[in-house]
Amino acid sequence: MTDAGFVVAAYVVIVGGLAAYSVALWRRLRAAATRDDEGR
Amino acid sequence: MKTRILGFVAAAGVAATTFFALFVVPADVNQGDAQRIMYPHVASAWLAYLSFGVTALAGIGWLWKRDLRLDAIAHAAAEIGVMFTAFAIWGGMMWGRPIWGVYWQWEDPRLTTTALLLALYAGYLLLRRLSDDPERRATRAAIVGTVAAIDIPIIHFSVEWWRGLHQTATIASPDRVLNPAAPLLFVGTLLGMLAAFTLAWLYLMVRRYQLARATDAREEARRLDRIVSARTAEAAR
Repeated sequence: MTDAGFVVAAYVVIVGGLAAYSVALWRRLRAAATRDDEGR
Repeated sequence: MKTRILGFVAAAGVAATTFFALFVVPADVNQGDAQRIMYPHVASAWLAYLSFGVTALAGIGWLWKRDLRLDAIAHAAAEIGVMFTAFAIWGGMMWGRPIWGVYWQWEDPRLTTTALLLALYAGYLLLRRLSDDPERRATRAAIVGTVAAIDIPIIHFSVEWWRGLHQTATIASPDRVLNPAAPLLFVGTLLGMLAAFTLAWLYLMVRRYQLARATDAREEARRLDRIVSARTAEAAR
Protein backbone atom coordinates (compact mmCIF):
# COMPACT_ATOMS: atom_id res chain seq x y z
CA MET A 1 0.00 0.00 0.00
CA THR A 2 1.24 3.53 -0.78
CA ASP A 3 1.67 6.30 1.85
CA ALA A 4 -1.54 7.88 0.54
CA GLY A 5 -3.34 4.59 1.14
CA PHE A 6 -2.24 4.54 4.79
CA VAL A 7 -3.30 8.18 5.20
CA VAL A 8 -6.75 7.44 3.73
CA ALA A 9 -7.14 4.32 5.90
CA ALA A 10 -6.26 6.32 9.03
CA TYR A 11 -8.60 9.24 8.30
CA VAL A 12 -11.52 7.08 7.13
CA VAL A 13 -11.47 5.06 10.35
CA ILE A 14 -10.85 7.98 12.74
CA VAL A 15 -13.03 10.74 11.23
CA GLY A 16 -15.57 8.23 9.90
CA GLY A 17 -15.65 6.45 13.26
CA LEU A 18 -16.20 9.73 15.06
CA ALA A 19 -19.15 10.51 12.75
CA ALA A 20 -20.56 6.97 13.05
CA TYR A 21 -20.36 7.07 16.87
CA SER A 22 -22.09 10.48 16.92
CA VAL A 23 -24.95 9.16 14.78
CA ALA A 24 -25.23 5.96 16.85
CA LEU A 25 -25.32 8.02 20.06
CA TRP A 26 -28.01 10.29 18.65
CA ARG A 27 -30.09 7.21 17.71
CA ARG A 28 -29.65 5.66 21.17
CA LEU A 29 -30.75 8.94 22.78
CA ARG A 30 -33.77 9.17 20.51
CA ALA A 31 -34.71 5.55 21.29
CA ALA A 32 -34.39 6.28 25.03
CA ALA A 33 -36.64 9.35 24.67
CA THR A 34 -39.22 7.31 22.73
CA ARG A 35 -39.26 4.62 25.44
CA ASP A 36 -39.74 7.32 28.07
CA ASP A 37 -42.70 8.76 26.15
CA GLU A 38 -44.27 5.30 25.81
CA GLY A 39 -43.74 4.66 29.52
CA ARG A 40 -45.73 7.75 30.49
CA MET B 1 -29.98 24.04 21.68
CA LYS B 2 -26.54 24.98 23.03
CA THR B 3 -25.44 21.34 22.70
CA ARG B 4 -26.66 21.25 19.09
CA ILE B 5 -24.64 24.39 18.28
CA LEU B 6 -21.61 22.81 19.95
CA GLY B 7 -22.13 19.74 17.75
CA PHE B 8 -22.25 21.83 14.57
CA VAL B 9 -19.16 23.85 15.55
CA ALA B 10 -17.26 20.65 16.41
CA ALA B 11 -18.26 18.95 13.14
CA ALA B 12 -17.23 22.02 11.14
CA GLY B 13 -13.94 22.19 13.04
CA VAL B 14 -13.13 18.51 12.44
CA ALA B 15 -14.04 18.85 8.73
CA ALA B 16 -11.96 22.03 8.31
CA THR B 17 -8.87 20.72 10.10
CA THR B 18 -9.12 17.39 8.23
CA PHE B 19 -9.20 19.32 4.94
CA PHE B 20 -6.20 21.38 6.07
CA ALA B 21 -4.23 18.32 7.18
CA LEU B 22 -4.91 16.44 3.95
CA PHE B 23 -4.81 19.15 1.28
CA VAL B 24 -3.25 22.38 2.58
CA VAL B 25 -0.27 21.38 4.76
CA PRO B 26 2.66 20.30 2.55
CA ALA B 27 4.07 16.79 2.81
CA ASP B 28 6.83 16.39 5.41
CA VAL B 29 10.39 16.56 4.07
CA ASN B 30 11.41 13.31 5.80
CA GLN B 31 8.21 11.31 6.16
CA GLY B 32 6.23 12.43 3.10
CA ASP B 33 2.44 12.11 3.13
CA ALA B 34 2.46 9.54 5.96
CA GLN B 35 3.18 12.36 8.42
CA ARG B 36 -0.38 13.67 7.84
CA ILE B 37 -1.60 10.85 10.10
CA MET B 38 0.11 12.58 13.03
CA TYR B 39 -2.71 15.16 13.42
CA PRO B 40 -5.66 12.85 14.24
CA HIS B 41 -3.31 10.37 15.96
CA VAL B 42 -2.07 12.92 18.50
CA ALA B 43 -5.56 14.40 18.97
CA SER B 44 -7.03 10.93 19.62
CA ALA B 45 -4.28 10.06 22.11
CA TRP B 46 -4.84 13.35 24.00
CA LEU B 47 -8.58 12.66 24.25
CA ALA B 48 -7.97 9.11 25.43
CA TYR B 49 -5.88 10.53 28.30
CA LEU B 50 -8.49 13.22 29.03
CA SER B 51 -11.37 10.72 28.99
CA PHE B 52 -9.79 8.27 31.40
CA GLY B 53 -8.61 11.13 33.61
CA VAL B 54 -12.25 12.26 33.81
CA THR B 55 -13.37 8.67 34.50
CA ALA B 56 -10.90 8.44 37.38
CA LEU B 57 -11.80 11.85 38.86
CA ALA B 58 -15.55 11.22 38.54
CA GLY B 59 -15.02 7.77 40.08
CA ILE B 60 -13.24 9.31 43.07
CA GLY B 61 -16.09 11.84 43.22
CA TRP B 62 -18.64 9.02 43.38
CA LEU B 63 -16.74 7.26 46.20
CA TRP B 64 -16.70 10.53 48.10
CA LYS B 65 -20.12 12.09 47.37
CA ARG B 66 -22.21 9.03 46.38
CA ASP B 67 -23.88 11.03 43.61
CA LEU B 68 -24.93 8.85 40.64
CA ARG B 69 -24.50 11.79 38.26
CA LEU B 70 -20.73 11.46 38.82
CA ASP B 71 -20.93 7.77 37.95
CA ALA B 72 -22.78 8.70 34.74
CA ILE B 73 -19.92 11.10 33.86
CA ALA B 74 -17.34 8.36 34.55
CA HIS B 75 -19.27 5.90 32.38
CA ALA B 76 -19.65 8.38 29.51
CA ALA B 77 -15.96 9.30 29.58
CA ALA B 78 -14.86 5.64 29.67
CA GLU B 79 -16.90 4.67 26.61
CA ILE B 80 -15.67 7.68 24.65
CA GLY B 81 -12.12 7.07 25.90
CA VAL B 82 -12.13 3.50 24.61
CA MET B 83 -13.14 4.81 21.19
CA PHE B 84 -10.36 7.43 21.12
CA THR B 85 -7.77 4.92 22.36
CA ALA B 86 -8.74 2.61 19.50
CA PHE B 87 -8.42 5.56 17.09
CA ALA B 88 -4.98 6.46 18.48
CA ILE B 89 -3.79 2.86 18.11
CA TRP B 90 -5.21 2.57 14.58
CA GLY B 91 -3.66 5.88 13.51
CA GLY B 92 -0.34 4.85 15.05
CA MET B 93 -0.39 1.55 13.15
CA MET B 94 -1.18 3.26 9.85
CA TRP B 95 1.64 5.75 10.47
CA GLY B 96 4.05 3.13 11.79
CA ARG B 97 3.90 0.75 8.81
CA PRO B 98 5.32 3.18 6.21
CA ILE B 99 7.74 4.89 8.65
CA TRP B 100 8.93 2.08 10.96
CA GLY B 101 8.28 -0.80 8.58
CA VAL B 102 5.92 -2.52 11.06
CA TYR B 103 2.33 -2.00 12.15
CA TRP B 104 3.07 -3.03 15.71
CA GLN B 105 5.89 -4.05 18.00
CA TRP B 106 5.16 -5.57 21.41
CA GLU B 107 8.64 -4.64 22.67
CA ASP B 108 7.77 -0.95 22.37
CA PRO B 109 6.66 0.30 25.80
CA ARG B 110 4.41 3.12 24.47
CA LEU B 111 2.51 0.74 22.20
CA THR B 112 2.18 -2.02 24.76
CA THR B 113 1.06 0.22 27.63
CA THR B 114 -1.51 1.87 25.31
CA ALA B 115 -2.88 -1.56 24.35
CA LEU B 116 -3.08 -2.31 28.07
CA LEU B 117 -5.04 0.93 28.60
CA LEU B 118 -7.55 -0.13 25.94
CA ALA B 119 -7.94 -3.55 27.59
CA LEU B 120 -8.33 -2.01 31.07
CA TYR B 121 -11.15 0.35 30.09
CA ALA B 122 -12.85 -2.22 27.83
CA GLY B 123 -12.82 -4.36 31.00
CA TYR B 124 -14.24 -1.41 32.94
CA LEU B 125 -17.19 -1.23 30.51
CA LEU B 126 -17.74 -5.00 30.76
CA LEU B 127 -17.58 -4.83 34.56
CA ARG B 128 -20.40 -2.30 34.53
CA ARG B 129 -22.65 -4.87 32.87
CA LEU B 130 -22.18 -7.40 35.67
CA SER B 131 -24.39 -5.73 38.29
CA ASP B 132 -27.96 -4.40 38.20
CA ASP B 133 -27.52 -2.57 41.49
CA PRO B 134 -26.54 1.01 40.48
CA GLU B 135 -24.63 1.78 43.69
CA ARG B 136 -22.65 -1.46 43.75
CA ARG B 137 -21.90 -1.07 40.04
CA ALA B 138 -20.74 2.53 40.50
CA THR B 139 -18.46 1.58 43.42
CA ARG B 140 -16.82 -1.33 41.59
CA ALA B 141 -16.42 0.77 38.43
CA ALA B 142 -14.97 3.71 40.39
CA ILE B 143 -12.29 1.50 41.96
CA VAL B 144 -11.32 -0.10 38.63
CA GLY B 145 -11.51 3.21 36.74
CA THR B 146 -9.28 4.96 39.26
CA VAL B 147 -6.67 2.19 39.54
CA ALA B 148 -6.54 1.77 35.74
CA ALA B 149 -5.72 5.47 35.35
CA ILE B 150 -2.26 4.74 36.82
CA ASP B 151 -1.44 3.52 33.30
CA ILE B 152 -1.82 7.05 31.87
CA PRO B 153 1.40 8.57 33.33
CA ILE B 154 3.19 5.27 32.60
CA ILE B 155 2.18 5.59 28.91
CA HIS B 156 3.17 9.24 28.84
CA PHE B 157 6.62 8.76 30.38
CA SER B 158 7.29 5.34 28.80
CA VAL B 159 9.10 7.02 25.90
CA GLU B 160 11.44 8.73 28.36
CA TRP B 161 11.95 5.76 30.70
CA TRP B 162 12.51 2.99 28.15
CA ARG B 163 13.79 2.67 24.62
CA GLY B 164 11.38 1.84 21.82
CA LEU B 165 10.28 2.72 18.32
CA HIS B 166 7.99 5.54 19.41
CA GLN B 167 9.39 9.07 19.43
CA THR B 168 9.68 11.04 22.67
CA ALA B 169 7.10 13.65 23.77
CA THR B 170 6.22 16.43 21.33
CA ILE B 171 3.26 18.35 22.76
CA ALA B 172 4.69 18.17 26.28
CA SER B 173 7.98 19.61 25.00
CA PRO B 174 7.42 23.33 24.38
CA ASP B 175 10.92 23.63 22.95
CA ARG B 176 9.78 21.35 20.11
CA VAL B 177 6.27 22.71 19.47
CA LEU B 178 7.38 26.33 19.82
CA ASN B 179 10.65 25.74 18.00
CA PRO B 180 10.96 28.48 15.35
CA ALA B 181 12.15 25.78 12.93
CA ALA B 182 8.76 24.04 13.20
CA PRO B 183 6.65 25.34 10.28
CA LEU B 184 3.72 27.39 11.55
CA LEU B 185 1.30 25.58 9.24
CA PHE B 186 2.21 22.20 10.79
CA VAL B 187 1.92 23.48 14.37
CA GLY B 188 -1.26 25.46 13.60
CA THR B 189 -2.95 22.46 11.98
CA LEU B 190 -1.99 20.24 14.91
CA LEU B 191 -3.32 22.72 17.47
CA GLY B 192 -6.43 23.30 15.33
CA MET B 193 -7.18 19.59 15.14
CA LEU B 194 -6.56 19.24 18.88
CA ALA B 195 -9.13 22.00 19.50
CA ALA B 196 -11.68 20.59 17.01
CA PHE B 197 -11.42 17.05 18.37
CA THR B 198 -11.70 18.39 21.94
CA LEU B 199 -14.95 20.19 21.00
CA ALA B 200 -16.22 16.96 19.44
CA TRP B 201 -15.26 15.14 22.65
CA LEU B 202 -17.18 17.70 24.71
CA TYR B 203 -20.27 17.29 22.52
CA LEU B 204 -20.10 13.49 22.75
CA MET B 205 -19.60 13.70 26.52
CA VAL B 206 -22.76 15.79 26.94
CA ARG B 207 -24.81 13.43 24.75
CA ARG B 208 -23.42 10.24 26.31
CA TYR B 209 -24.04 11.66 29.80
CA GLN B 210 -27.66 12.42 28.84
CA LEU B 211 -28.04 8.82 27.62
CA ALA B 212 -26.51 7.43 30.83
CA ARG B 213 -28.91 9.52 32.95
CA ALA B 214 -31.90 8.41 30.85
CA THR B 215 -30.83 4.77 31.28
CA ASP B 216 -30.35 5.27 35.03
CA ALA B 217 -33.82 6.82 35.33
CA ARG B 218 -35.40 3.88 33.48
CA GLU B 219 -33.55 1.37 35.67
CA GLU B 220 -34.72 3.21 38.77
CA ALA B 221 -38.33 3.22 37.54
CA ARG B 222 -38.14 -0.54 36.91
CA ARG B 223 -36.64 -1.11 40.34
CA LEU B 224 -39.47 0.87 42.00
CA ASP B 225 -42.04 -1.06 39.93
CA ARG B 226 -40.60 -4.34 41.20
CA ILE B 227 -40.73 -3.11 44.82
CA VAL B 228 -44.35 -1.93 44.47
CA SER B 229 -45.36 -5.23 42.82
CA ALA B 230 -43.67 -7.25 45.57
CA ARG B 231 -45.35 -5.19 48.34
CA THR B 232 -48.76 -5.40 46.60
CA ALA B 233 -48.44 -9.19 46.33
CA GLU B 234 -47.39 -9.36 49.99
CA ALA B 235 -50.39 -7.26 51.11
CA ALA B 236 -52.79 -9.44 49.09
CA ARG B 237 -51.71 -12.58 50.99
